[in-house]
Amino acid sequence: MPKRTHRGKTAVVGVGETTYYKRGQSPDAEFKLTLIAIIEACKDAGIDPKDIDGFSSYSNDRNEPTRLAAALGTKELRFASMQWGGGGGGASGAVANATAAIMAGMADVVVVFRSLAQGQFQRFGQGAQMNKISGQMAYTMPYGLMSPAQMFAMRCIRFMHDYDVKQETFRNIAMASYQHAQNNPRAVMNGRPLTEQKYDDSRWIVEPFHLYDCCQENDGAAALILVSAEKAKEFKSPVHILSAASGSEHRAGAPVHNNPTYATSSFTSVAPHLYEVAGITAKDVDVIQSYENFTGGVVMSLVEHGFCEPEEVNEALKLENLLAPSGKIPLNTSGGNLAECYMHGLGLNIEAVRQVRGESSNQVKDVNISMVTSGPMVSPVSSCIFGSEDTL
Amino acid sequence: MSHYLPEGLPAPAPSRDGLDAPYWEGTLSEQLIIQKCNSCKTWLWGPEWICHQCLSFDIGWEQTSSEGIIYSWERIWHPVHPAFKEENLPFIVVLVELPQADNVRMVGNLLGDPKQEIVIGSKVKAVFEKHEDAKNPYALVQWELDQ
Ligand SMILES: [Zn+2]
Repeated sequence: MPKRTHRGKTAVVGVGETTYYKRGQSPDAEFKLTLIAIIEACKDAGIDPKDIDGFSSYSNDRNEPTRLAAALGTKELRFASMQWGGGGGGASGAVANATAAIMAGMADVVVVFRSLAQGQFQRFGQGAQMNKISGQMAYTMPYGLMSPAQMFAMRCIRFMHDYDVKQETFRNIAMASYQHAQNNPRAVMNGRPLTEQKYDDSRWIVEPFHLYDCCQENDGAAALILVSAEKAKEFKSPVHILSAASGSEHRAGAPVHNNPTYATSSFTSVAPHLYEVAGITAKDVDVIQSYENFTGGVVMSLVEHGFCEPEEVNEALKLENLLAPSGKIPLNTSGGNLAECYMHGLGLNIEAVRQVRGESSNQVKDVNISMVTSGPMVSPVSSCIFGSEDTL
Repeated sequence: MSHYLPEGLPAPAPSRDGLDAPYWEGTLSEQLIIQKCNSCKTWLWGPEWICHQCLSFDIGWEQTSSEGIIYSWERIWHPVHPAFKEENLPFIVVLVELPQADNVRMVGNLLGDPKQEIVIGSKVKAVFEKHEDAKNPYALVQWELDQ
């Protein structure tokens, strides 16, 4: 039996985004934002939106393919896929699902999308308000543990304890995002630079997270169009998918913080699969977009994807190493979730594509391999690797 | 005893599918009663219908020791629920391992000074914080340093 692989079998041929807004600031309804992003991606690709025949999203996106297909005049809907799991853990997983559908002949033109209007709907950062709670949450909420920051802080504290990770290392992750955002006109934090002093003086949300360790809450939408590698030849600047993987560690979802590998971002099992398909190692990666729900999750993601050993993070993740164009591990070059926009991480996939095309506002030189890690510490998590024509 | 956190947070209730009633009954009589597989004797937490080790559905409930070890912690400064007023902040959440129950972990608050230094590995013991005035009385398992 020939080796099964999806390496280089699909490509991104178009990307689209709405304007990115602070939470509650979007003048448009969430569904309209979705339509705008998809139409922008089609314009970028040069295809008719009516030719989309597959939709792939994650995290219970509210904008159902059935309604989208009706609104867009889709000729025929052939694939409608939702990656299970919350947070942004499905961003690269949705790319993986689109790839699988295209390879399997289940659809030809698949849009991966995510949209959020937290103004219209419940905020992520707010605790749910109810008189009574039962089930798993009954073991956490009455103790005041209710927001994502609070859910993940204890994993990061344990990681810091195990490997003597310094707060400054978390700060470097935040600084890199903010520094990159200053060159990115789309970034919500463009014009609002972060200094070490400002970080240190910022209030604690929950130790070990200062305000600037936490992602924003935003409104907007993002979309990528995927087709087969063969079909991609008809397009002006295809960016190839060298690998996309999702999953999580043994019993990552064990109830009430009982997952055996606690001080991880859940990528220890996913990363080896990712690299095996791509046929590369971390050394080959030219630029990385690593999902920042919270900076500590980025540090763990980088470790688990082999960029450094956990004992080395304080040295390896110094700020100068994280900055485009010449750092060793240019990180979150759009400003990422912290400083560009929190579009549940799909903006990171778009930035990764841009880096291969040479169109980033913080362009790294001669990018051939561009990686994304999505949604650390949730389950399932996912990552993907994009490559230039030369990598095929 | 007084309550560590302010009134107005969601009150825990046994799940309607009946999975975890023995735990909540136990806390009211100041006993830490958690799941243990009747087949392979593995301690299990949080509550589930099946043993993840041997896949037996024959899960029992047993009292375990109230001795624990701090596995991780966090200090919460920013409230995400209106029940918290300035005087209630910060507060500490701890993740506690139970060494006598296969190191299963429980979440609770660490009693005492909310600004105290917290050391991973410290010994703690369970304290039952009763909410007897609640519509449906319950007790929360809290932790205090075991000197
Ligand atoms: Zn068993």
